[in-house]
Amino acid sequence: MSATATSLGARVRGWTMNPWARAHFLWVIAIAYVVWTLLPVFIAVAFSFNAGKAQTTWQGFSLTRWYVSDVNSLWKDETLRSALFQSLKLSSLVVLIAVPFGVGFALALDRWQARSASVSNFLMLFSFITPEIAIGVGLFLMFTQLVSGVGLGFKAQLVGLSMFEMAYPVIVVRARLLSIGKQYEEAAMDLGATPIGAMRRVLFPMLSPAIFASVAIVFASAIDNFVISQRLSVDASTQTIPIIIYSSARRSPLPSLNALATVTLVSSTVLVAAAALLYRRFTRIERGSPA
Amino acid sequence: MARKDRGSSGAWFPRWFWPSFAGPAFVWLLLFFVLPFYVILSVAFGGLDQIFLTATPVYDPLHWTFGSFRDVATGLVTTHSIYQETFVRTLVYVGIATALSLLIGYPVAYFIARHAGRAKTFFLVAFIAPFWISYMMRMFSWVNLLQPEGYVNRVLRSLGVIQEPRLWLNGKPSTVVLGLVYGYVPYMILPLYGMLDRIDRATLEAARDLGGSQARTFFRVTLPLSRQAILAGCVIVALPMFGDYFTQTLLASTRQTAMFGNLIVSSMDSSLVNQGASLVIILIVALALPMFYYLRSTNAARELAER
Repeated sequence: MSATATSLGARVRGWTMNPWARAHFLWVIAIAYVVWTLLPVFIAVAFSFNAGKAQTTWQGFSLTRWYVSDVNSLWKDETLRSALFQSLKLSSLVVLIAVPFGVGFALALDRWQARSASVSNFLMLFSFITPEIAIGVGLFLMFTQLVSGVGLGFKAQLVGLSMFEMAYPVIVVRARLLSIGKQYEEAAMDLGATPIGAMRRVLFPMLSPAIFASVAIVFASAIDNFVISQRLSVDASTQTIPIIIYSSARRSPLPSLNALATVTLVSSTVLVAAAALLYRRFTRIERGSPA
Repeated sequence: MARKDRGSSGAWFPRWFWPSFAGPAFVWLLLFFVLPFYVILSVAFGGLDQIFLTATPVYDPLHWTFGSFRDVATGLVTTHSIYQETFVRTLVYVGIATALSLLIGYPVAYFIARHAGRAKTFFLVAFIAPFWISYMMRMFSWVNLLQPEGYVNRVLRSLGVIQEPRLWLNGKPSTVVLGLVYGYVPYMILPLYGMLDRIDRATLEAARDLGGSQARTFFRVTLPLSRQAILAGCVIVALPMFGDYFTQTLLASTRQTAMFGNLIVSSMDSSLVNQGASLVIILIVALALPMFYYLRSTNAARELAER
């Protein structure tokens, strides 16, 4: 008994004194962490293929019941289907506003070295770290007390979310601008290109990986947004996927809710993976052929 | 050197050229970020209709009154009031959840940066995955696992840890704290990984060549070098946790576990907008210090990178 204790002690001491020892316990922690973060999600996805109505007992496999065939399936339940379309519509339009605005902002911050540029940058970062509930309450009060024309609902959600998501493209594009520098555009203009021409033919192609990445990040983040969307939603017609999950999670929902969550998960994953692959391809070409 | 380059390129573009690119985003920020804050102030410091209890916002700062704000602020400093109890509870939950996130996040980030070897890409993907999996979906999966007949109770019962099913979702503070940790720990790992990955291997090898053991190298070199990232990570997870209301509603939904965010949302939902606006101001004031710390540290990192 004591012999094993001492040998264990000796082994631990031996391990901590040996600078090149392999860290087996770190492998255990990391694998446990991955299982802990991802297993619950996999189980939720699996239950969208449950043949029965339960969320806690597996009743056999059915590929289509909760997606298209059942009366309460994702496709046939009016609430779920409208939330799916509402979310897709909202996040696509948020991408169309937030990405161009954010890219422009990043370009301006990078090139326009003035005091007002750092003030704008500070404002942008501030919007990024302010707890969403403060932004949600502020926009709610603005659209109910100060401005009467717009009102709550889709338009309010769109402007609020596009403001909140703008920070991602700014961060991503600024990092990219930092790594490409200005010499390419200057070379183009030395060779006779106009400023607009240099931007269109040189700068934008080089920025495109960062723009793709921004589109994926903004879309994935907007489709998951809960606080701002919920605070500015008025009725069933402006409910998005996270709002539906939130309001029905505790009311023993049918597996069609899992199907809804799974569809979102798959679409975000595909988009993020595509953007990551494109980014790697673009930057690899660049690294392969030094300009 | 860099400054000179900028000066020369100024000759190529008209003066208004670059600032104009910031225009739309700047207008957007003014209209939908700055203005709403002003409306919050105008509502919190505005009047209250005595009969209908509806808010009458006052937009002129010279006519601001602080009656209803004072009521809320007084509640916050009165012992055993609902405001103070909720505020203190939120501080405790966020404090414990942040500490647990660090305890879980640090070894994981350390592992990915140093020891994952060929499995590094796999682990990087696995730990970025929660960023694009919806927060609501992640919480919803736990709601199902923690039901009385859910998998958590079933596993614990078959292991003999518990005899009766435990009611995880009936207002247990531990469930709320674990939910917060589960929700926000990826945001802790990101800055930690970024820092640990950047530590020069030569520094570590020097420490070891000079006779430092694995543990000593860690405590004397790695840990001090990652202090900045630890602070940044704690701020990044604590800020959203403090405004979180949905985790508590999904995993507990009782008065005894209500968080500060729940207080704001319930004021807003029962049309007590003066109260809600005042609570938001208190939230921002309470978080001002960590927010400024974070802004300053990212700015410093940026200036370092640009040099």
